[in-house]
Amino acid sequence: MTDFAEIWGYLGRDPLLWLTLTLAAYVIGDAGSRVSGRHPVVNPVLIAVVILALILWATATPYQVYFEGAQFVHFMLGPATVALAVPLHAQLPRLRRALLPMVGALVTGVAVSSATAVWIGQALGVDRVVLLSMVPKSATAAVALGVSEQIGGSPTLTAVLVIVTGAMGAIVATPLLNALQMRDWRARGFAVGVAAHGIGAARAFQVHETAGAFAAIGMGLSAILTALLAPVLAGWLVPAG
Amino acid sequence: MVLSLTLILGFQLAGVVLAQLMRLPVPGPVMGMVLMLIAMAVSDRLAGLVRPAGQGILAHLSLLFVPAGVGVVGHLGTLGAQGPAIGLALLVSTVLAIAAGALVFALLARLTGGRDD
Repeated sequence: MTDFAEIWGYLGRDPLLWLTLTLAAYVIGDAGSRVSGRHPVVNPVLIAVVILALILWATATPYQVYFEGAQFVHFMLGPATVALAVPLHAQLPRLRRALLPMVGALVTGVAVSSATAVWIGQALGVDRVVLLSMVPKSATAAVALGVSEQIGGSPTLTAVLVIVTGAMGAIVATPLLNALQMRDWRARGFAVGVAAHGIGAARAFQVHETAGAFAAIGMGLSAILTALLAPVLAGWLVPAG
Repeated sequence: MVLSLTLILGFQLAGVVLAQLMRLPVPGPVMGMVLMLIAMAVSDRLAGLVRPAGQGILAHLSLLFVPAGVGVVGHLGTLGAQGPAIGLALLVSTVLAIAAGALVFALLARLTGGRDD
């Protein structure tokens, strides 16, 4: 039995173990999502996070040790943000044609998302650092984490809020927009991309191709506007002191 | 593929440097995305070069959220006590943001008469 303890003692500090487990947990989450027919409630990221959190808890491994290995995956968030230019570029002609509706919906979506979340949180007595971490929650994680750090929130908490927001958006979008009798697929997709980033956009692609394309645009523009607007919104919604 | 990835990392690097030098309130990678979008619009050749790696990275975008998401283990105390309030704030704000965004889009599209295709 000491053999196992020794091996664990060695492997537990090796980045390879945590990198492998991160990928394995995601493969399991993705398989679960596929089995459910890509049902929005069965989110691969949420499943992977729960599996890894349980492993860390069961083995009493600090997050910092886990992150030594997982940082190689985390690093790719930066290049992924840059890569958003690829789908944006592919949609440029349609982007020009719907410029005014997109600008209006973008500003509305980003402002409503941040402001109502902070107001409700404030009314219910949520901590200041949590409120600040909520401000960029609609932007894709790559951007939201950087913004959260900049405005005094907690990046790891923001990551969780971003994922939960995306999953909620993916779940409520179709019934909500049907209830509103919204038939413009561009409007449906764009609003979901702005409010629920990549997880919402992945859902929109399943529902309708045009909705998916506009969700991808919405996600990209939401990331840019959130980066610009969040410092202003944070100062206004969550005053210092 | 290597050239494609090198170009994307190069745009990220340029974005980070530019954001630092100009003290922009925008994360460097976002600046990198804007620079690359401009470059792709200007040069079809460049657009073709960065597309393979770009699509490859984005195909597994949700995997990249996992390491940060596992950071939840450091916030279980906060989430335990304030979880219901936080959950309600996220749910209501997301519903309102989607509804308001879609309504504004549809309204402006009707006003400007802009149709798709």
